[in-house]
Amino acid sequence: MTTPTQAAPKTIYDKIWDAHVVDTSEDGTCLLYIDRHLVHEVTSPQAFEGLRMTGRTVRAPQKTIAVPDHNVPTTEGRDIRIDNEESRIQVDALDKNARDFKINYYPVSDIRQGIVHIVGPEQGWTLPGMTVVCGDSHTATHGAFGALAHGIGTSEVEHVLATQTLIQKKSKNMKVEITGRLRPGVTAKDITLSVIGETGTAGGTGYVIEYCGEAIRELSMEGRMTVCNMAIEGGARAGLIAPDETTFAYVMGRPHAPKGAQWEAALAWWKTLFTDEGAHFDKVVTLRGEDIAPVVTWGTSPEDVLPITANVPALTDFTGGKVEAVQRALDYMGLTPGQKLTDIQIDTVFIGSCTNGRIEDLRAAAAILKGKKIAVKRAMVVPGSGLVRAQAEEEGLAKIFLDAGFEWRLAGCSMCLAMNPDQLAPGERCAATSNRNFEGRQGRGGRTHLMSPAMAAAAAITGHLTDVREMMAEPAEAI
Amino acid sequence: MDKFTTLTGIAAPMPLVNIDTDMIIPKQFLKTIKRSGLGVNLFDEMRYNQDGTEKPDFILNQPAYRSAEIIVAGDNFGCGSSREHAPWALLDFGIRCVISTSFADIFFSNCFKNGILPVVLPQEAVDALMEDAKKGANARITVDLASQTVTGTDGTTYGFEVDAFKKHCLLNGLDDIGLTLEKVTAIDRFEGQAAQSRPWV
Repeated sequence: MTTPTQAAPKTIYDKIWDAHVVDTSEDGTCLLYIDRHLVHEVTSPQAFEGLRMTGRTVRAPQKTIAVPDHNVPTTEGRDIRIDNEESRIQVDALDKNARDFKINYYPVSDIRQGIVHIVGPEQGWTLPGMTVVCGDSHTATHGAFGALAHGIGTSEVEHVLATQTLIQKKSKNMKVEITGRLRPGVTAKDITLSVIGETGTAGGTGYVIEYCGEAIRELSMEGRMTVCNMAIEGGARAGLIAPDETTFAYVMGRPHAPKGAQWEAALAWWKTLFTDEGAHFDKVVTLRGEDIAPVVTWGTSPEDVLPITANVPALTDFTGGKVEAVQRALDYMGLTPGQKLTDIQIDTVFIGSCTNGRIEDLRAAAAILKGKKIAVKRAMVVPGSGLVRAQAEEEGLAKIFLDAGFEWRLAGCSMCLAMNPDQLAPGERCAATSNRNFEGRQGRGGRTHLMSPAMAAAAAITGHLTDVREMMAEPAEAI
Repeated sequence: MDKFTTLTGIAAPMPLVNIDTDMIIPKQFLKTIKRSGLGVNLFDEMRYNQDGTEKPDFILNQPAYRSAEIIVAGDNFGCGSSREHAPWALLDFGIRCVISTSFADIFFSNCFKNGILPVVLPQEAVDALMEDAKKGANARITVDLASQTVTGTDGTTYGFEVDAFKKHCLLNGLDDIGLTLEKVTAIDRFEGQAAQSRPWV
């Protein structure tokens, strides 16, 4: 216990929360100030319509950033015309709303356009200690910077536009610690999927997760974004990682990052954003980095995770309501219990999304693909932003993908949620670097296996789910 | 937003766990710029064949449940995407209450913004109500927000917890934005202070 004269130790979540409380009601409901509001075309039209109907305006347009990403085609010519009428109407609506309400905007014709969760950090809009929201569940991504970032519904989008605040109750604190080091071939994606496999998709419900431990510290910002991105798949409101030198180095010099004296002031505050010794966590999960293997999902929930060396599970491995869900998943996925995961044939490979559409992800896939050809029907890379795409071209990665037989697309959400023309056909089986393997997610009847970019590249070469460690220069010991 | 006070209606049993918002309203219906008209596509891929005909086995296609106003669901209902189109579609179909052991966070919050009451009950209570729901159209369940109770077909009553502020808004059909704008002075003050302490934001 702390003495009354001493401030109680706080988690990083507590600190960011406390710095943003505008007002607290008697029942503990808070009005929380929002530093950055990211907006895309699918979950915002009704919110802007609401503002117009009530004669309200955007309170802080300079803190509001819009970019079309969900609907946009990833083929050339989209800046001239989007063929699908409904998609075009939504993108046009965002264009008009951005103009009318004078908010920051990156149209498809702008090289900085891309997936909102890649553009925000890339442009320096996302900074440590901020509150960041977006009408999109994968807003959790921004937690990688030590920001409190989470998805909201459209009514809340309208609320933030009008008031720059959200009505919130504080979540509980959860710590996910990954000790030690990752083995070769194991990536941030394997960490985040393994955590969900351990806790289940509702394991984080009611919590904000702080990811910590040596394996997390060792990750690049790209890797940290991958980890935090899928906090939502674990049910958490948000996931975050305390900022450190890796974070500061990434942020420094970005277009909207502070400069000069403001940088120094910001840095001084950011360095206080860590969990105090002795701070209370309501739930703790610990995984040993050395125990994490390259994993894939076999079912239709992100918790259906197994090491690539495993077999498809049997119904008898489950209890309760999950049994019916597993039977349904096995039928939907066309899998037989006991079947080796590495025997599952793949039709399509998708590399991209806000989970794994950053430069480091493309480098990891290209390292496996270099000089090889694909053995699947189709494979596509959809860079997370126009700038990621340009950088990959400059580094020669695009050529590696094209030579291997991949399509090299323009930036957007693409086949992660298949709102644009990039969709799976019924029964088509995809190795995907995205975040959800739900029924119909990538197209009605489509079958999704989630994995890391390196694992997706390995599957592209062999035509079946493959242990990427077998393709690495020095084969690692299987675990 | 419509008020939610008390509701007596048909409950549809959906015991499947992890019913996600992609199931509730698939992405092809997210291209709308309106809130209305989504009910016809609620649970679209579970409810219709590829040719658009109904799947007779699906619960909401069965005669007894076509006018259901309540869903009794498996764990973690509404997980996945933040799309508010999910509660919009439920509401447009006529669903005003979902009962489960747990809900995904964003979906849970979205329900309250649209006059839908998500009720969290312990497993045993959900199991009992699931059995009640399976009895069909003659078996009505009553949900009373003021007293925070659900009453099953045999008269068994289950109490549930609900956030006081959310309850108040739902009982009175209040608009959150209007309430928050009453605190505009506090927001102004916070913004002024933040401009000093964190000028880089």
